[in-house]
Amino acid sequence: MNDKLHLDKHHLLERLKHMLRIRLFEEKCAELYTQQKIRGFLHLYIGEEAIAVGVMAALLPQDEIVATYREHGHALARGLSMKSILAEMYGHTNGCSKGRGGSMHLFDKENNFYGGNAIVAGGLPLAAGLALANKKKASTAVTVCFFGEGAVAEGEFHEAMNLAVLWQLPVLFVCENNAYAMGTALALSESETNIAKKAQSYGMKAEQVDGMNVVNVEAAAMEAIDYIKTNSQPFFLECQSYRFRGHSSFDGQLYRDKKEIEQWQKHGPVVQLKSWLMQNNQLNDNELKNIELAIKLEIHEAIAFAEQGQLEPIEELCKDVYSTKILSVR
Amino acid sequence: MDTKQNQGKKMSYREALRAGIEQSLVDDQRVFLMGEDVGHYGGCYGVSKGLLAHYGAKRIIDTPLCESGFVGIGIGAALGDMRPIVEVMTVNFSLLAMDQIVNTAATLHHMSGGQFNVPLVIRMACGAGLQLAAQHSHSWENIYAHIPGLKVLSPATHNDARYMLVQALADPNPVLIFEHVMLLNNEGLVFSEPEADMEQALIRKKGSDITLITYGGSLPKVLSAATELEALDINVEVVDLRCLRPLDSATVIASIEKTHRAIIIDEGWKTGGLAGEISAIIMEKAFWTLDAPVQRICTQEVPIPYPKHLEKAALPQVEQIVTCVKSLLKREL
Repeated sequence: MNDKLHLDKHHLLERLKHMLRIRLFEEKCAELYTQQKIRGFLHLYIGEEAIAVGVMAALLPQDEIVATYREHGHALARGLSMKSILAEMYGHTNGCSKGRGGSMHLFDKENNFYGGNAIVAGGLPLAAGLALANKKKASTAVTVCFFGEGAVAEGEFHEAMNLAVLWQLPVLFVCENNAYAMGTALALSESETNIAKKAQSYGMKAEQVDGMNVVNVEAAAMEAIDYIKTNSQPFFLECQSYRFRGHSSFDGQLYRDKKEIEQWQKHGPVVQLKSWLMQNNQLNDNELKNIELAIKLEIHEAIAFAEQGQLEPIEELCKDVYSTKILSVR
Repeated sequence: MDTKQNQGKKMSYREALRAGIEQSLVDDQRVFLMGEDVGHYGGCYGVSKGLLAHYGAKRIIDTPLCESGFVGIGIGAALGDMRPIVEVMTVNFSLLAMDQIVNTAATLHHMSGGQFNVPLVIRMACGAGLQLAAQHSHSWENIYAHIPGLKVLSPATHNDARYMLVQALADPNPVLIFEHVMLLNNEGLVFSEPEADMEQALIRKKGSDITLITYGGSLPKVLSAATELEALDINVEVVDLRCLRPLDSATVIASIEKTHRAIIIDEGWKTGGLAGEISAIIMEKAFWTLDAPVQRICTQEVPIPYPKHLEKAALPQVEQIVTCVKSLLKREL
């Protein structure tokens, strides 16, 4: 366990709040999807909240995030406002990407949140490039790249692993191994199912961690960040997790057994921390109710904000296809 | 500009490209060159020869053979306020990086609501003529010119080879530069500054009888044809597009309004290519000024074969241009 991690009641409650915030928000998103307020694809993170919450807790504001199309949790945990995320899903101009990206393409410069990449493994080289820039600038910022285990089969994964180690880039690769790439189980797609081992084969320091346990994830992420900063080398964290919902909004889930889902749900990240806190008298029903109420209020406000948002005028359709920024020369 | 500079300095297209890279490296410490064999080998086509020794391994970076990986890294570095010049050895290999170019570089600015921009330059060799056969002779400028969010440059002259990179680096968008392999050894004049903005088409030869529209490796062929035709008292105007996205259609249309006839010479395949696009623009904007149907001279619809005579037969050639011009004008007589 990392000695910088102080596990007091306040810290654990904060982690629970962050996870619950993602959970309740996404449950509402699923509802809003059925009401057709949210369209397109909707990839829910439910079941995997401990990863985003644990890793983000180990980061500084200067650090950079590259995520995937399943990134609502990362955006929330990183500090993007729930309002701007939901408005984005509504396709309104008060969304974090002006409504142009939707659920899969959340961006926010202020929080160094570089999206929402909906091409599997597409974000890995990009993250390595941001890390290269940080290295060249002698910045101490770390770039953190989240991706699912499905990305491991892509060439870009292997190219990014090699380059990150070869060029000693300050990047943390976080593999969210939720066991299924859409509907294909890991064992059906990989000759070697130990993903950390794949990263190790490139000479990368890599570890596996229980991705259902937020404390374990946070501790592992802190160690990883320390390692990256001390050794000027990348780090690979495989978080073993499980997605409780379908791949996206159009998933009949024919590829897995309901019992399997129930098994995983029993020690899901939220229930695990909640029960531990309650068993150890760190949280009572009333406190929990208040936490949930506060989140529900935030969700309520986010819906109001998203509903009030405007559609981008059609006259602006082609705005920002090209940047007109004047570049500085140094 | 003093007289000496005005007259220009003679150098090869390759040397002009190298001079542009050197100026960029000197002007901005954030600029670095990255690609396969750009360092120790000196560049597949010798463009970056000597740069590693002079600028060091931090600025001249040899990459492994992983086009998607290092183009993606270039995109990330550009997002991180660096000014990368990524050399994808040839357009033939660029398909391996197409995901990064099309799905990331081209989309980020718009998709992020204008928050992020990608000031990246990607250079690549292109074109046929060296008997390199079907997998090493492609002209795919049109594929990239199809993509909103990208800018596509095709320097056909030595001066453009010298300055277009500098102009591209000053642009806040991803810019692709296509360097035709048949131009590399040719000698020509480089002046003290670019002749025009990078997005502007230029008239390379003034004329009144017909407009020949071309770009990149086909420009020297078109200019040769123009000289031959001059001997026959046919006065052609040659438009060098220079930038294939965005296309400077105003210059094309202005020329056709003067000549009333047009032929497009394009080393890409005809089907779904740039020549068709330009022809359509002419139909939309200058149909009533035309005195003859627009013609296209493109590469034959075949994977480029290895034998010299077949390769030659596949590509647009001077004789073909001369014949086409004559027939188009005769039709009128």
